[in-house]
Amino acid sequence: MITPRQPLFSARAWSALALAVAVIAVVMPLLNLVAPKDSMFAVSDYTVALAGKIMCYAIVALAMDLIWGYTGILSLGHGLFFALGGYCFGMYLMRQIGHDGVYNSDLPDFMVFLDWKEYPWYWNFTGHFWYAMLLAVLIPGLLAFIFGFFAFRSRIKGVYFSIITQALTFAFMLLFFRNDTGFGGNNGFTDFKRIAGIAIATPQMRMTLFVLSGLTLIGALLLARYLVTSKMGRVLTAIRDAESRVMFSGYDPLWYKLFVWTLSAVLCGIAGALYVPQVGIINPSEMSPANSIEIAIWVAVGGRGTLIGAILGAFLVNGAKSWFTVAFPEYWLFFLGATFIAVTLFLPQGVVGLVARLRGKKS
Amino acid sequence: MNAEVHSAGGKPVAAYGHVTGKEVDVSHGPILYLEDISVSFDGFKALNALSLTVEAGELRCIIGPNGAGKTTMMDVITGKTRPDAGSVYFGQSIDLLRLTEPQIAHAGIGRKFQKPTVFEQHSVFENLELAMKTDKRVRTTLFAKLDSHARDRIAHTLDLINLAAEAGRPAGLLSHGQKQWLEIGMLLMQEPKLLLLDEPVAGMTDAETERTGELFNTLAGSHSLIVVEHDMDFVAGIARHVTVLHEGSVLAEGSMETVQNDPRVIEVYLGR
Amino acid sequence: MRTFRHLLRLLGCAALLFTWVSAAHALRPEVVDKLARGESDEKIAAINGLVSDADATAIPLLQALHDSEVQIAGSSILIVRGDKASDAVSGQPVAPLPDAREDVIVNNRVRREIESAIASLKLVSPVRDVRLAAAKSLEANADEDMLPLIARALTKESDAEIKGVLTLIRASLQLKNKDAAIRLAAAKALAESTNPTTKTLLLGLLERNASGAYLEPDEGLRAEAQLSLRAVETRLAWGERLGQLFSGISLGSILLLAALGLAITYGLMGVINMAHGELIMIGAYTTYVVQNLFRSHAPDLFNWYLLAAVPCSFMVAALVGMALERGVVRFLYGRPLETLLATWGISLFLIQTMRTLFGAQNVQVENPVWMSGGVQILSNVVLPYNRIVIIFFAMAVLLLVWLLLNRTRLGLYVRGVTQNRAMASCVGVPTARVDTRAFGLGSGIAGLAGCALSQIGNVGPDLGQSYIVDSFMVVVLGGVGQLAGTVYAALGLGVVNKVLEGWAGAVIAKIAVLVFIIIFIQKRPQGLFALKGRFADN
Repeated sequence: MITPRQPLFSARAWSALALAVAVIAVVMPLLNLVAPKDSMFAVSDYTVALAGKIMCYAIVALAMDLIWGYTGILSLGHGLFFALGGYCFGMYLMRQIGHDGVYNSDLPDFMVFLDWKEYPWYWNFTGHFWYAMLLAVLIPGLLAFIFGFFAFRSRIKGVYFSIITQALTFAFMLLFFRNDTGFGGNNGFTDFKRIAGIAIATPQMRMTLFVLSGLTLIGALLLARYLVTSKMGRVLTAIRDAESRVMFSGYDPLWYKLFVWTLSAVLCGIAGALYVPQVGIINPSEMSPANSIEIAIWVAVGGRGTLIGAILGAFLVNGAKSWFTVAFPEYWLFFLGATFIAVTLFLPQGVVGLVARLRGKKS
Repeated sequence: MNAEVHSAGGKPVAAYGHVTGKEVDVSHGPILYLEDISVSFDGFKALNALSLTVEAGELRCIIGPNGAGKTTMMDVITGKTRPDAGSVYFGQSIDLLRLTEPQIAHAGIGRKFQKPTVFEQHSVFENLELAMKTDKRVRTTLFAKLDSHARDRIAHTLDLINLAAEAGRPAGLLSHGQKQWLEIGMLLMQEPKLLLLDEPVAGMTDAETERTGELFNTLAGSHSLIVVEHDMDFVAGIARHVTVLHEGSVLAEGSMETVQNDPRVIEVYLGR
Repeated sequence: MRTFRHLLRLLGCAALLFTWVSAAHALRPEVVDKLARGESDEKIAAINGLVSDADATAIPLLQALHDSEVQIAGSSILIVRGDKASDAVSGQPVAPLPDAREDVIVNNRVRREIESAIASLKLVSPVRDVRLAAAKSLEANADEDMLPLIARALTKESDAEIKGVLTLIRASLQLKNKDAAIRLAAAKALAESTNPTTKTLLLGLLERNASGAYLEPDEGLRAEAQLSLRAVETRLAWGERLGQLFSGISLGSILLLAALGLAITYGLMGVINMAHGELIMIGAYTTYVVQNLFRSHAPDLFNWYLLAAVPCSFMVAALVGMALERGVVRFLYGRPLETLLATWGISLFLIQTMRTLFGAQNVQVENPVWMSGGVQILSNVVLPYNRIVIIFFAMAVLLLVWLLLNRTRLGLYVRGVTQNRAMASCVGVPTARVDTRAFGLGSGIAGLAGCALSQIGNVGPDLGQSYIVDSFMVVVLGGVGQLAGTVYAALGLGVVNKVLEGWAGAVIAKIAVLVFIIIFIQKRPQGLFALKGRFADN
């Protein structure tokens, strides 16, 4: 007989999780901040920044797995929510530059350059850390809610939905490229100096952001795991597999899809807010359709519908990207394109599925 | 979105949709009225001024040649297709044309499809759990826990559909006949007042077909059933009242014998 | 002896005078003399004299003077080209070439005067096109001295267009006249103008200085100018609207070409091919290669390279598309979302391949001669020939596709499979082959779109990316299964886009169109035209 409430993780998985938390919160800080720079235990600042960045991507991948792997909704515009979260927190970071910009004015450099005399109304209150964080959660969430409500209500599904999300992110990208929109135009936000008065460029701040990203990732994983092992998760996968039966059983798919869609957008927004200070820049190319489509491939490579696969895929693909863009930049797109093709044709269950199959063969 | 539907004992059984504040009203007898329903697809008239009445507790069989409009009629009742004209009433007061599919399901109409539509990646147990009649809003589902009362109901249905041994198996791995039964089981878990069954015994073995017939006979009375079938022996075994559809409207009605001897029916089925 | 020579010269002049009076096509010798022997100021005076006389026969001499081909040989003035000489006054050839010759030197100041004199004299040339060109060039740099010439030209002028131009020039000159009545009349006359520069002129009359007062003191003139301004603006606005409509139709025709192939493959297989933009790009690059081949191997036929480029673009893109279908898409049948991702991967691959082969910069594709330039409808509306050709090309392609889909067996199969794949397969339609061929057809049309695009825009590896979102929008808006939907959607989007552009700028227009489609699709998810019935839904 099946137990009604599946445990969140098996005992083995819990220990793996605990280990991961330990590595992130204890080991890495030690190796980066304490270990002497030339010892073999030292972890470079570059690695810390890269790992922090990829962990933010992993959160996005988790969010994508929730809507695609579990609910069957392929979004080709999720980068939009990520970018919006980044821009919202970015407004705070721009304010924190204070007088240290090129023009030594109260306003960010790009506004001075445009000859603006004061902040536009939507920049109000963004000097407060908590307000900016709130925006990073609310704005993507609200946009996702409104868009999703209208889209799911008219029962747009499948490829049409995917194309519409692509059009949405494309439209926003065009909007943010304009200087008049007040978000830095095609240069975006950059040159950040501080968070809450503390300089960003110090190892301590970098490590703090790293640890925060890691813990947020773990938290997102726990949340997602709770979701998919609950009855809600079963309804979502049912929607993915046989939406008509779900409707005729009395569930209104609209609210379920909307719930998971909005949640996933909020996760992306938070990830974006964590990403921006670590990378030091945000510009409209984050909203390009190409970026969003790449998110899908992270999930596909790792293994859809497994959560851990999404995280794995994000690390694998972005790790490969870092390596390629340093070693063989002209070949990166070939590799990425080939990955798209190979994964969809030969590895539909992703790496996690492959491992499971091999394990199954062994036993 | 918070209208509550109460069971006879006054306890809230499910809360969803704008349906009604009370149970379906069958005080005057019929549980389903279809009046002058017309549906056309791009010029082709699938239903042509169809009128049908089903009494509460009845076991009605609908037969007819292919293209007669049987599945389209079910689509209209369950809200999948909107008719161009006509009205559909569930009980005295529930206008089905104004409700969405989930709301209609909640009002107490369950549908079994021609092709068994179960959740293939879920286990048999989970399929039944999902179908179970309960509050199906997002918030409730998020924190839902399976209590022993619910587990009992699921176990009971598992026995009824003969799948207790397969409870943990993914539904996709069941045989065709087992899937049909699972779907019937899911229907029962919804505790509907009206069951719409579209070719329920297609692909079943003789033994399974007989069991299905027995089940339907047990259900009739406390539930109302509309069964669309092609298997005439099966129909003869369960039917009290038969309706023959042809080209989108009712051709003949009556007991099995009456209908079988009706010259128009013979012409339509066998040709002269 | 000297007196005799003087007398002879006088007689000669008198004779010439007679000939001038009787046949007004020869030049006056004293004028010619001044031109050749006089100081710069005298030369200029003589030139202006010629202009005032409005004698077009002076043009060859003036041109020769400009080109330093005039020489003095004793008492006569010669125009010498190479070893041929002719008399400057009569135009008769002079042979043999006299030995003692002196060059007539012309400085730059005189040269400039000659240039504008020639332009003015061209105004009264017997050849219409010469007159028109001269009138147009005068618009830019007329001054008051030319008024008599213009007036004279106007009296002789019979062509309406040239008359219009000349009237305008006269009016704009008269605006500076001291006489208020003349100025008023001039302002009124300007209302008839179709020239955008008139607007600037009239606005100049209504200018205010820093403190808000009008610069032009004459109130009556200002009022007249205001009326004329309004008339001109209305006329110009119509021109603009016409221009926008044309741009919209042009964009629509391109969108149609770009989206037609996509609509066919999506309708048929439910496959949205994310590499569709790259097939367009491949068509454009094929055109580039064909152009280069013609340039290096058959330069005389260069203007006809398009005749070869069109079928080549189609074939290459179709082949690539079919390879795509057989190699990847077919294995993902029934999994549309995976197909999206796989074809996206292919598009990345293709872009990088083209980048490696041709470089990341844009490449140059030239219009053949017969497609360069445009037809001027109004003074502010020029319809480029290349866009006109593309509109007709798109219509031709549409017609061919319609014929193919409705009059051939392949088309019948395609329609059948689109409506009900399973059933078509049951009656013996070879669905796999139909898929491949239809995919090839769709891709080939994309190649044609690329060929067309190469004629009006830049060709680079990212060409496809700019059109893919638009193509999707056309397909989503127009619905699948019917050509009409794609046509209406493409034209509609093109026109709406251009109209909005004129109103709010290119970026806002694009965003507005995208938002509109997102909203439209909520109301009508199946698009403008869709296959109805039970089959289409699932």
